Amino acid sequence: MSKSNDTPLIAVEGLGISLNTSRGRAQAVREVSFALRRGETLGLVGESGCGKSITALALMGLLPDSAIVSGSVRLDGGELVGLTEPDYCRLRGNRISMIFQEPMTALNPMHTIGRQVAEPLRRHKKLSAAEARREAIALLDRVGLPDAAKRVDAYPHQLSGGQRQRVTIAMALACQPDVLIADEPTTALDVTIQRQILDLIADLVEERGMAMILISHDLGVIAENVQRMMVMYGGTVVERGTTAQVFSRMGHPYTQGLFRARPRLGAGKGTRLTTIAGTVPELADLPKGCTFADRCSFVIERCRAALPVAIDVGGDHRVRCIRTDVSMAGAVAEAGA
Amino acid sequence: MNDAAHMPEVPLLKVKDLVRRYKLPRESLLRAPGEVLALNGVSVRVMAGRSLGVVGESGSGKSTFARLVMALERPTSGSVLLSGRDLNAMPADELRCARRDFQMVFQDPYGSLDPRQTIARIVAEPLTALGKLDRASLRERVAGVLRQVGLRDADIDKYPHEFSGGQRQRIAIARALITQPKLIVADEPVSALDVSVQAQVLNLLQDLQEQFGLSYILISHDLAVVDYLCDEVVVMYLGRIVEQGTPADLFARCAHPYTRALLDAVPRAKAGAVRPRREIFATASQSAASSGCPYAPRCPLADQHCRDVPPRLREIGANHLAACHKAEAVMALPLPAAEAGSALVPDRHGA
Repeated sequence: MSKSNDTPLIAVEGLGISLNTSRGRAQAVREVSFALRRGETLGLVGESGCGKSITALALMGLLPDSAIVSGSVRLDGGELVGLTEPDYCRLRGNRISMIFQEPMTALNPMHTIGRQVAEPLRRHKKLSAAEARREAIALLDRVGLPDAAKRVDAYPHQLSGGQRQRVTIAMALACQPDVLIADEPTTALDVTIQRQILDLIADLVEERGMAMILISHDLGVIAENVQRMMVMYGGTVVERGTTAQVFSRMGHPYTQGLFRARPRLGAGKGTRLTTIAGTVPELADLPKGCTFADRCSFVIERCRAALPVAIDVGGDHRVRCIRTDVSMAGAVAEAGA
Repeated sequence: MNDAAHMPEVPLLKVKDLVRRYKLPRESLLRAPGEVLALNGVSVRVMAGRSLGVVGESGSGKSTFARLVMALERPTSGSVLLSGRDLNAMPADELRCARRDFQMVFQDPYGSLDPRQTIARIVAEPLTALGKLDRASLRERVAGVLRQVGLRDADIDKYPHEFSGGQRQRIAIARALITQPKLIVADEPVSALDVSVQAQVLNLLQDLQEQFGLSYILISHDLAVVDYLCDEVVVMYLGRIVEQGTPADLFARCAHPYTRALLDAVPRAKAGAVRPRREIFATASQSAASSGCPYAPRCPLADQHCRDVPPRLREIGANHLAACHKAEAVMALPLPAAEAGSALVPDRHGA
């Protein structure tokens, strides 16, 4: 708030995360960098195991103790990597909050929703029980829970999936955080409810001037909800740019494959889906070079030698691939056909 | 397709006026317990080798429908006929043998495979339940179906945790295939899978249908998945069919405002996609006995007539049914934007 508009609110530089797995140490995230100002939105897309959720957990300081984090994460200029747990507790839910995928498991079934929404207010803002309750009702009302004043004493099992997700959003927003991380916030919900929840999040981001990181596997959700996006694969960012840039000119073979593999309305029965050959590599045996090399149809020997650098294909639209001349030429030809 | 020639008349599955009520827990000693009408008069037929898609939100009754078709529960009224035989009129013993013909694939490939059993035992279980077969021929059958779903013989003695989500779903499909069923009911078979794996499993389901002439009932909330795999689609809302037709009819000329709302809500993956804002409508309750159209409280077109008189499912085109007084008006509305405009995908929708 005090900083000028030019300094990013959150700046991630060369983030690397190594985790202990059953098969030894694995580099789950490599060289992830991004910066967000107030009011900006960033989408993270990728399949399970690509490192998108681990990146989010790293920002929240929720990685397992055995994880080794390198690089830097700065919030308003203050370094978060290596922060002690009590210090992180003061940030979490206060300046950085997260909305989780499963509203049922994110809520405690033994406590009323009012108590759960009030908890961050009591803890961070030191409100009295009565004040926190009043504030919780206002928040529940803001997120569109019908009859908030009556429902504040309800337990999670008394609410529908969409209503529960509204409650977790109210919890995340209670202390007016600067950064909101939404990890697949609508994956467990129906499409019609998904739209309402995404509208609500968009309204709140605008209203409160938060920076938002939206994690999703659904390219459609990303296209409609964020300004910029990063596509992750095997722990690296393989493509980044504004949503418009990426969707109008997909550069990385993985982004293209992901896009083609989706069943689309109107394609009709009998059409075949273009699959990406092979499976996602396990974190413990990620290739040394390009992580997508084993599944890529454009692969050449040089791809396997070293992790490609992200090259600019126009207007800060970056693709981590040494064969964009071929992959992007193909895309253009297809559009012309 | 080559199916019409074999069985011209008799449908493989005929579901008639299916009704299923569930009792709610009793709230007061003196009052009768409330009821939920999970299914309220559903009739469909599926021809051999054809696929039926069932779409709708949670609470629409689509999973109840699946459980009734699988004879896992008895309907309150109505009948389920498979190859002309009423599943609910059969003695238990006969029903167990009849189960050879219809199998199910569940949504969660992590929850639906017993972690303590080998793949051989998991996949063979439907066969062992049907009768005695010696070990050697069982293993041979298992290896056979594993190959059909794209797994290797060597996988037969492994445990579920050694497989990825997509492979587990292949195992679940193999388990359904081993009795050589005529009908497979798949409840959200790909919604737990990653996009690239989802494509592999969908292609597999399509290949298996071509190879064995299977029929599918595919329950899904994803309209694109249904479009990809099905010949006919029913859209359910609060236990009723509100629209029924071919995917082409339904998605290009949808006649019910609810189908339109579902189509509208699908996020479009294209540059510059902007989500048009909609008003929030509360979902109606299943237990409320309403007089008019059950969708009226959420419907932007509803008028007094809709609130008073429940619409009947009526024909509005060849093999295209809709339960809406204003179906013609809905069909005349412009379609939600198709997902075109990306450099990668030529517009195949054909307006």
